[in-house]
Amino acid sequence: MSWVTKTLKSTLGRKLIMALTGLFLILFLTGHVSGNLLLFKGDGGEAFNIYAKFMTTNPAVKILSYLTYISVIGHIIYSILLAQHNRAARPVGYAESKASTNSTWSSRNMGVLGTIILIFLVVHLQGFWAKMHWGQIPMVSYDGEEYKNLFLIVSEAFKQEWLVALYVIAMGFLGFHLSHGFASAFQTLGLNHKKYSPAIKALGQLYCIVVPALFASMPLYIYFTAN
Amino acid sequence: MKLTLKIWRQKNASDKGGFATYPVDHVSKDMSFLEMLDVLNDQLTEKGEDPVHFDHDCREGICGMCSLYINGKPHGPLQTTTCQLHMRSFNDGETITIEPWRAKAFPVVKDLVVNRSAFDRIIQAGGYVSVNTGGVPDANEIPIPKTIADLAMDAAQCIGCGACVAACKNASAMLFTSAKISQLALLPQGQVERKTRAEKMVAQMDAEGFGACTNTGACEAECPKGISITNIARMNREYFSAVVSSENV
Repeated sequence: MSWVTKTLKSTLGRKLIMALTGLFLILFLTGHVSGNLLLFKGDGGEAFNIYAKFMTTNPAVKILSYLTYISVIGHIIYSILLAQHNRAARPVGYAESKASTNSTWSSRNMGVLGTIILIFLVVHLQGFWAKMHWGQIPMVSYDGEEYKNLFLIVSEAFKQEWLVALYVIAMGFLGFHLSHGFASAFQTLGLNHKKYSPAIKALGQLYCIVVPALFASMPLYIYFTAN
Repeated sequence: MKLTLKIWRQKNASDKGGFATYPVDHVSKDMSFLEMLDVLNDQLTEKGEDPVHFDHDCREGICGMCSLYINGKPHGPLQTTTCQLHMRSFNDGETITIEPWRAKAFPVVKDLVVNRSAFDRIIQAGGYVSVNTGGVPDANEIPIPKTIADLAMDAAQCIGCGACVAACKNASAMLFTSAKISQLALLPQGQVERKTRAEKMVAQMDAEGFGACTNTGACEAECPKGISITNIARMNREYFSAVVSSENV
């Protein structure tokens, strides 16, 4: 076994992959939420549709999107490997456990939270991402150039109460996942410092509220402005 | 005090085991938890029953021999060793659940006694210094900044009791391993084997079947010696820098 595979098979190596992919996905979420803020522009979706075309055709964005796919898949695979390893490490559990006195609920349930987010992700990708890439989307023209009217698809989708509810609830779970994951990734990378760790923790707590809240406000905004 | 004890009884490593309930009376609030178990064992011995087996040695909180998962927490409700836990931390009439440490790497030997030799093997893998560091006076000849010496001493406080493993939802031994790696990585005497040590101790920790860390911080919260998870971050730095820069292929 080469030193590379040996490292990637070690618990620390696997955690390193979790941390790096997790941090990349945090960067992705930041970009995703910033771009989607164009939904609030109130221009009938022109800026959003132009942005959507840019995001699906620009070669630099393509590279980033492939990195995102790899990160999502890597994050899932390595979480399963680690979860299996961790479950095997305690074959007989405790009859009584007061884990809530020594750790947060989110930190103990990252696997459950991640699974819920994955289910949401399937619904989300199927509804918009797959349609944008391979589906039939009505075209719209701005200044003589043709664009897929993704804004229309989004606006129609979020007229459905159940879908809006699903998105809002899923963002709640994402918030809890991030509330532990953000700072945890830095700790795994060995970045724990008296000066910077409190700032990283504070930033993580801010991030896990602001980003999911912004995401959740989009379907809510569309639902209440459309109905 | 009158208490009801719900204790894990297991004849040997291959026995399935189960809980047994024992009432104990005349328990003083000033007794240590282990003294209270001594009272129970006296009762059991008088009745001709097998006493409850549990690990203990110094009873001063410095050897790391005592264990016990008491009422859902390692070493009970206080952040101290079981031998330093007193019955005043419990209420009259209370039912106390006592379980052994639970981890694949810590198999139950009998009742509440678990085999913690996995920790010894982690130390054997690299938790040593193989250069001659001289006699006691020589230690004072090596200049070490006070701040570094303090950090190393903080890590060296680990008594290897295994509460970190017991508390961790993944039965991970990263707090223990990281404390031992940190202690030597910080000091000049530990520099010779620094990289190999990090690699070998982590590999042994994995081979023993301990889980991986989820950074829940449960270990730090339960550690009777207050070992910080900053040591885990240091271990990660030591390990990652070792694997990319050491000559061990």
